[in-house]
Order: sequence, then C-alpha cells, then structure tokens
Amino acid sequence: MQALTNRAQEVSRKPMTFMERLYIPGILKGMAITFSHIFKKQPTIRYPEQKREFSPVFRGLHVLNRDEEGRERCTACGLCAVACPAEAITMEAAEREVGQENLYREEKYAAKYEINMLRCIFCGLCEEACPKDAIYLSETFAPANFTRTGFIYGKDHLLIPNPVTEPEAYAAAKGQRN
Amino acid sequence: MSEQQLFKVTIDNITIEVPAGTTILNAARQIGGDVTPPAMCYYSKLEGSGGKCRTCLVEVSKGSEKDPRPMPKLIASCRTTVMDGMEVKNITSEKVIDARAGVVEFLLLNHPLDCPICDQAGECHLQDLSYDHGKEGTRYEFERRTFKKHDIGPYIQLHMTRCILCYRCVYTADQLSKQRSHGVLDRGDHSQIATFIEKSLDNEFIGNVIDVCPVGALTDKTFRFKNRVWFLKPMDAHRDCPTCSGKVTLWNRGDEVYRVTARKDKWGEVEDWICNTCRFETKNASDWVIEGPREIDRHSVIAQGHYQGSVGMHTPTETFAAVNAGRAPHLLMDIHSVSEVNKDSSL
Repeated sequence: MQALTNRAQEVSRKPMTFMERLYIPGILKGMAITFSHIFKKQPTIRYPEQKREFSPVFRGLHVLNRDEEGRERCTACGLCAVACPAEAITMEAAEREVGQENLYREEKYAAKYEINMLRCIFCGLCEEACPKDAIYLSETFAPANFTRTGFIYGKDHLLIPNPVTEPEAYAAAKGQRN
Repeated sequence: MSEQQLFKVTIDNITIEVPAGTTILNAARQIGGDVTPPAMCYYSKLEGSGGKCRTCLVEVSKGSEKDPRPMPKLIASCRTTVMDGMEVKNITSEKVIDARAGVVEFLLLNHPLDCPICDQAGECHLQDLSYDHGKEGTRYEFERRTFKKHDIGPYIQLHMTRCILCYRCVYTADQLSKQRSHGVLDRGDHSQIATFIEKSLDNEFIGNVIDVCPVGALTDKTFRFKNRVWFLKPMDAHRDCPTCSGKVTLWNRGDEVYRVTARKDKWGEVEDWICNTCRFETKNASDWVIEGPREIDRHSVIAQGHYQGSVGMHTPTETFAAVNAGRAPHLLMDIHSVSEVNKDSSL
C-alpha cells in the first residue's frame, strides 16, 4: 500500500543492542533535550497576571452599547434573537415613560435582555443583524462558572458603562475597537 | 342582461376570462402569483376603497378589441375595469417597475422607518412592498412630518407619523358602524386620520381598523410592545361569540395568548370581521377552541421564529449541589473582577 505521506516509519521489531540495553546514553540524550529547552523562548505566559493580545477580529462576550449621551441603544426589536442560530437571546420590551428620555434612546427599550452563553456560539450574527448598533462582541471571553444559571447574562452584565458618568470605565470597556 | 358577459383579458401574456365589470387587479388576483399588482389601499371587502396609493399601476398596451390603442398613461388597476381583448403588462413592463419604485419612494418620504420599534414589523405591507419593489436608498434630505400624539381610546394606538393615508380605516369605520366618528382632517401633507371629536371610538367592531391598516399606524394597544410577531405562533381558533363569527387567529407563545387578530387571506385581507370583545378582552387560552396552526408563507419572517415556550429564558436546573451532598459550589472567579468590558454599570 502506498503511504499517504513520506513521514510514516515502520516499527522496528529488532532486539535491542548492548548500547541500547545500557539505557544511560538514551537517558543522557533525553536530558540534553530537556535542559536545552531552559534556554529557549517560553511559549507559555503567566495567566492571569499576563494576558495575550486579542486579534482585532476576535468575537467574545456581548456588550450592549450606549450612544454618546449615555442612552441605551437597544430597542428590543428582536432581530438579534431571530438571527441567532443557537437561539441564545431572549428579551422583553417595555415602553419608555415620560422623564426617561435620558436613559433610553427610543420609545421602546429592552426591559430584560438575556443571552445564554452556554448556547451562544459567538458567530456575531446578532451584531450584524442589529439595526441600532446596539450589540457588539467584545474582546473578552466568558469565564468559567460552576452553575449553569451563572452563564445566563442579563442586562446588568451586558450593558456598557455610561460614557458620561463613567468615562474611564467606558473607555476601558470599549477596548481597542471603535 | 340574463347571461353574464365574459371578457377576455391578457395580463403578462396570461389570458383569463372574467365577468364584465371586474377590475384589472381582481382579474390578476384570479391568476395569482407574481402577476398580481401589489395594493396598499384597495381592500376587496371595503366599498369605495382603492385609487389612493398608486402602487397597483399597470400598463395597458392594448385598450380593447374594438379600440386597440394603448392607454397613454399607466393606470391604477384597482379602479379600472377590464375590456374585451385588453392586454395588460405588469411585471413585463419596464415602465411599471420603474413607476412602482417611484411610488414606494413617495410612500416612504414621510414614513419614519422606525421598524425596530413598530409592532407591525414582520407583517407590514409597506415593509414587504419596499423590499420587493423599492430602491435601496432614499434621496430625501428634509425633516419628515410629525404629529402631536393623539389618544384614540384604550384599545387602539394611533401613530399618525406612520400613516400612508390609504383611507382603509375610514371606510371600515364608515361601513361597519352606523355613525361616522373617524375621518381624515386637513389636506395634503397635513392630512391626518383622526376622530372628529375627542372621544374614543366605541363601536363594537372598531378593532378591525387595526387589521385593515397596511402599516403600523393603527396597532393593538393591548399588544403594544409585548412581543415581536415572529416570536409568536399563529393558531386558528374559534369561540362562540354572540356578536361576530368568532373565527380568529391567536398569536401564542407557549400557552399564553398575546394577540387576537382576524384571519387574513393570501392578499392580507381579513376573512371575517371580529368584534372588540374577541380581539381585546378574550386572551385566555381556555376561552378558545384551537383548530390548528395557521399556515404561514415560509418566506415570511413569521415562519422564522424558532423560540419555543414562554417568554424569558428557561432557567436550567442545577445538578452541582445534588451530586455534592448539598454543598454549593465555591466560586473562584467572578466575571466583574476579571473583565473590564462587561463591567456591571449599576455597581
């Protein structure tokens, strides 16, 4: 049979020679390889003190965006939920009351907005579907959790800090992206 | 005339025989499919409707057998009756397609395009029309017309900015009720549908104006912002109603009835008018006898909703404590201590 690659090696069934039966040269050879790695560049980093840079196209946890005046952009139109192939997003809408114009951008807003991060496949289709620029995928990932309810992220987890009252937190949350 | 005269009419190279007095639009509806011109204002169940929106414009390339000259302009097919030997071009005519794109642009001039907020989105005829026949962008740079909010009762929500002045609701109010309390005020750009007196409409069938409205100008106040139509499951249902036929479509999610509407045929017209009690006040699933799921066109967004069950996330059951002799898990990492991005702004 023709081999698929030229890397295949036949297993040798020959009895070991005297030098091989001594084991010492084999051990020394192995130790030399091990010690030589001390002087090579480490491929690992010391997480969580050190963190790797994310790719600019990385799709992580969702963020619910606000506009320049700090009003929530989401109007609970349901397009992200209908676009979601994993059926991870649910929401409940409510009508904006008089006097809440500085909180919500539109007449209708999302009273509840939940994403199940166990269902989410981070495909970014919600981001594409959103007509109001309200949902973005950020540069973090969902941390581990012991409970499954802990993976259901509500509005309190998803909403970005207010750019008017907390500009530093907003800038940090916004990350490298515009 | 003892015997009804049949006229031969050719629409987009398809010949059909229809009785004299049939409009071109209704002849095209008998053929069906793409040949049928869209209609925003014409409503077969309302007398006198049609001729307002101009979306049903067609080209008549041959007037009749006796007078084969083509008609000089595009004509509104909902108001023009067929003649014997008439030849009509709808989608085969460049002129018609171009004119229809222009009409859509005109209809959308003052339309606020607040579809993400509007409850009609997903079943809006204007939305379908503009996607099918319109152009991609708008050339309008000026401020759109706005109106003062007008309260027309506890059941019906009026959004005058979304209105395209098709007059369907006015005809409905006129023809279903004896007294006229609903009409169009002012002229031109300022014209608006309104109640003449600042009183709520109290007719038993007035809820039907919601169903005839092709856009989201008149919507159900009891359903306002409750859910999006494509997350609901439409079901045919009926009940014993003393005032109306009681045949309706229920819009369910799980067992909860969110909305009751009349059944609509393939032209988007109601089959039976239903009364206000059925529409607004009977929202228990136990009040209705469910006949089965309603057939929805699979190209419609309403057929795209996959979410099942009641609204809100289904909370998963936790197994950790059960398998660990009642010991709750010790949480090592909290998202807010790790992530800058999703920081809880309420803390």
